[in-house]
Amino acid sequence: MTTMTAPGYADLPRLISLMTGDEKHHAAAESTLDVLWVLYDRVLDVTPESFREPGRDRFLLSKGHGPMAYYAVLTAKGFIAEAELPTWSDPVSRLGYHPDRRRVPGVEISSGSLGHGLPIAFGTALGLRARGLTRAKVVTLVGDAELDEGSNHEAIVVAAREGLENLTTVVVDNQSSTHGWPDGIARRFAVEGWETRTVSGRDHDALYDAFTTAHPGRPLAVVAVVEPKE
Amino acid sequence: MPMRETFLTTTERIVDADPDVALVLADISAAQFADVARRHPDRVINVGIREQLLVSAGAGLALAGLRPIVHTFPPFLVERAFEQIKLDFSHQDVGGVLVSWGASYDMSTAGRTHQSPGDVALIDSLPGWTVHVPGHPEEARRLLLESIPGDGRVYLRLSAQENASPHLGVGFTRVRFGSSGVVVAVGPVLDRVLRATAGLDVTVLYASTIRPFDGAGLRSAVLSAAPSVVLVEPYLAGTSASWVAEALSDVPHRLRSLGVRRDAEVRMYGGIADHDLAHGLDAGSLGLSIREFLGE
Repeated sequence: MTTMTAPGYADLPRLISLMTGDEKHHAAAESTLDVLWVLYDRVLDVTPESFREPGRDRFLLSKGHGPMAYYAVLTAKGFIAEAELPTWSDPVSRLGYHPDRRRVPGVEISSGSLGHGLPIAFGTALGLRARGLTRAKVVTLVGDAELDEGSNHEAIVVAAREGLENLTTVVVDNQSSTHGWPDGIARRFAVEGWETRTVSGRDHDALYDAFTTAHPGRPLAVVAVVEPKE
Repeated sequence: MPMRETFLTTTERIVDADPDVALVLADISAAQFADVARRHPDRVINVGIREQLLVSAGAGLALAGLRPIVHTFPPFLVERAFEQIKLDFSHQDVGGVLVSWGASYDMSTAGRTHQSPGDVALIDSLPGWTVHVPGHPEEARRLLLESIPGDGRVYLRLSAQENASPHLGVGFTRVRFGSSGVVVAVGPVLDRVLRATAGLDVTVLYASTIRPFDGAGLRSAVLSAAPSVVLVEPYLAGTSASWVAEALSDVPHRLRSLGVRRDAEVRMYGGIADHDLAHGLDAGSLGLSIREFLGE
């Protein structure tokens, strides 16, 4: 199928299946798909033209595994050519099982090892504030199992103490953490002073509201709940 | 003024003067930097006792366009947070200046937890890092200032041990000329090497910047002397041995590597001089090792 207009949400399963070869309905089950779409479609001020501008919004995919939904959204938004998707994981491809910022335009960090995105995002949010680029948002996506890594909790504490209003952490919660989070993930952030919002990770309007409603003086944690990992 | 205090005052001036520089701390030296932190709260950040965050925050600051100086004791900076150095600086391909103070056993009464003889070897497993091992506070000051411009990745290894006078130069400088061998001294071991080789007909090379390794300088010195090389490093013995081998790959040569011993963990307290003795890095032990190797 070829469309003359810009690809939209409905195209994402097809774009994903260009990489995975799976059926489209399986691709639509990607846990991060809707969060990524809402961010790039409605929240983040970043385009293929602006992604090198110092004042751009930044999205840091910390959970680097399973990046097909990420590549699909970047393709839909013009960062990656659709023709490149079938090369996924080939020796010559720029698109690997974990994204590489040096190779893929628009990718802000190379990820794969868990627990790096939020601490780096903390530093970047500090840096943008120090440079007076206070309108630029830094959004990082982590998984609920990724929160097992202690490095995240180092950042959760200090980001709140620093009052990093320009920092958002979205936790895609598919209940895959081995030991779980009694009383909920949001509590881990709230107790340190983050604004927290727990919403359906499939509800675009709820995600949009969660990402864009003001949270003055404090960082924002959005817990996006999706179906439990099978 | 000792090397650590030189670092504190020089860094304070850098942060005051350069709005693109940020300083990240993990409690170590935070009290000494309290004044500059008050003047520049957005660019002097103490994350508390959180070394993973210390290094990642430095990398994140670099991604936002700042030049980070990241500082704590070497075991916590390089060993505890090594994956953050490997991924958040090297793999992301951003620059920064990592500064440690404490070296292999400066905190001689603190035990193994505060000793880091393997830090340079770990950094050496990553491509492209500049590694400075100054042997004098004035060298440390100059190397720190030279590390600020640009976006390279720099490890500056400060120590309580120092030589009597600074030797400022690029790559290996010949401190002494001789014909029966070449002794390489890195950073604070120079004065001991000079005492150990007094009366010997050897060339003594000195470097405070050990990465990039000045292979051409070593090769030139070896070609004008007997090809017997003694490498004396104030960290893990033989850390630069592969670089010596590479520089002399087509020159038949002998190599003896001296440094902090690899064969055993030395469990002792006492003073720095006691640790030097335990590792054979005092002038007397160095003299014996060098003479034995050269057959003198």
